[in-house]
Amino acid sequence: MTGVIILLVVIAVVVLFVISMYNSLIQLRNRVKNAWSQIDVQLKRRHDLIPNLIETVRGYMKHEREIMENITKYRSQAMDAKTVGEKAQAEGLLSGALGQLRVQVENYPDLKANQNFLALQEELTSTENKISFSRQSYNDQVLFYNNKIQMFPSNIIAGMFNFKAEEFFEVEDEKERAVPKVDFSAQS
Amino acid sequence: MWELIQANKRKSIVLFISLGMTLLLLGYFFGGAYYPDGGGYIGIFFALIIWGILSLISYFSGSKILLAVSGAKEVTKEVHPQLFNVVEEMKISAGLPKMPKIYIINEAAPNAFATGIKPEESAVAVTAGLLARLNRDELQGVIAHEVSHIVNRDVLFVTFAGIMLGSIVLISEIFLRSLWFSGGGRYSSRSSKSSGQGQMIIMIIAIVFAILAPILAQLLYFAISRKREYLADASAVRYTRYPEGLASALEKISDTSIDLKSANKVTAPMYIINPLKPKGMKLSDLTSTHPPTSERIRILRSISGGANYVNYQSAFNNVKHAKSTIIPSSGLTDNTQIALKEMAAVPIVLGVSKQNKRDTGDIMMKVNKYSFIDCKCGLKIKIPPDFKKNELFCPRCGRLHKLEQ
Repeated sequence: MTGVIILLVVIAVVVLFVISMYNSLIQLRNRVKNAWSQIDVQLKRRHDLIPNLIETVRGYMKHEREIMENITKYRSQAMDAKTVGEKAQAEGLLSGALGQLRVQVENYPDLKANQNFLALQEELTSTENKISFSRQSYNDQVLFYNNKIQMFPSNIIAGMFNFKAEEFFEVEDEKERAVPKVDFSAQS
Repeated sequence: MWELIQANKRKSIVLFISLGMTLLLLGYFFGGAYYPDGGGYIGIFFALIIWGILSLISYFSGSKILLAVSGAKEVTKEVHPQLFNVVEEMKISAGLPKMPKIYIINEAAPNAFATGIKPEESAVAVTAGLLARLNRDELQGVIAHEVSHIVNRDVLFVTFAGIMLGSIVLISEIFLRSLWFSGGGRYSSRSSKSSGQGQMIIMIIAIVFAILAPILAQLLYFAISRKREYLADASAVRYTRYPEGLASALEKISDTSIDLKSANKVTAPMYIINPLKPKGMKLSDLTSTHPPTSERIRILRSISGGANYVNYQSAFNNVKHAKSTIIPSSGLTDNTQIALKEMAAVPIVLGVSKQNKRDTGDIMMKVNKYSFIDCKCGLKIKIPPDFKKNELFCPRCGRLHKLEQ
């Protein structure tokens, strides 16, 4: 009789343990999703701002067609990207192209005084800041979650219920992508 | 992050208990000084009632009162988009659950404060002078400092410790004044009875207490308030990853000689920099609610290697040549490397330019719902909200402008 009770208690403890482990994994995964949606909102906002920006800038900048074409191209690439890694890469390229545009703006005093452009630039700067601040918290959550599903004993539960590791949102070094690429191929 | 708030809470509890004990002792001695038989308990009762009423008021409408007293007006995003963006960035970075409400104070003195007992219901107020004078990075630094006051529950602390302190000061004041007017007569009539001597001792203790308690309570309050300013600076660095922003903002704010008219002794600890300039003599370090600004700036400027609490603490130790811990130990065990943002090579221009003054005026007008028209001749026409006509001529070039109502 006592043997049966002990067995029941052990089973109950194991079941409770599995349930709580499973719930905490779900909670962590939801946090990752939530953190990602914070980034996603800002990425979408940036995509929405770009057509307006190009429209405003076009009248002033006659010689920077290449930069603007790049921005448009990377924007549509970024919008088509599916996985976190792809998105991070495309968004990094987009940020780089926008950075080049920002450098060139210095040569156009009229544009720098345009109220509409200033308002757009403020929105764009803020959106980029928001992306970078939410990136930190997203990556923190991912690290926490990934650790949990790889470490013993929670990795057993993670394996049983098919919890997959999430991708980090990594953008290449900011300095690296801010440097405008110089193309010498036309000269030769 | 959570542990940091816990550590703050523990310290607050210690402070509250000691302030609460002082309050009760005050009540006891004052009651006893008047009515030796059981008067002490009546005194405690009254002390608690005063404290309870003040606490209830401040809990339910403290923020509203504070914002009203300082003349702050809630604004929409159109008034100052950048301010809204910066607050939202800091909300994300600090992980605040909800966007704080945003207020602008119509004053030229640059300053800012945050309020809100709970992070869910908070508000940030900045003066028009601050907005006109600071650039984006500096504004971000200031807002980060204010948001961290909300996150670290400093607003809660300042409100309730302030209320306790206020009650102590109030009760002592009532007691001392009542002595002045009626105490003498009552005392002499009682001293004719046999209990005179004991009564006199209690009276003396009560008087000494009435003089000392408010001073000691204030020193305690200020000491912890100063420590919290450092912690808020450290958090601001962590949120923005850009210590120079806050440093140059502090430099600009402290460079002004304009007093903030709407601030007073009670609301002073809420501001980013003490809004009441010491007149004539130098304010002693002990009685200041804020650490010396020059020191805060020097600590911020000597941060290197990262934007985490550890980096702030080591910069603090370097500047102060001391090993006092500003950051609760739980904040120091977090070794995550947070890269600092690269420095922008923008020279800091101190002093108030004409443009600053004009911008300050424009912001104030926007807050008061003026509308603006840019005339082709370069003049900015400001139209008050109660302007009735639907067209007007530019006062400089005479162009006709149609107004949309």
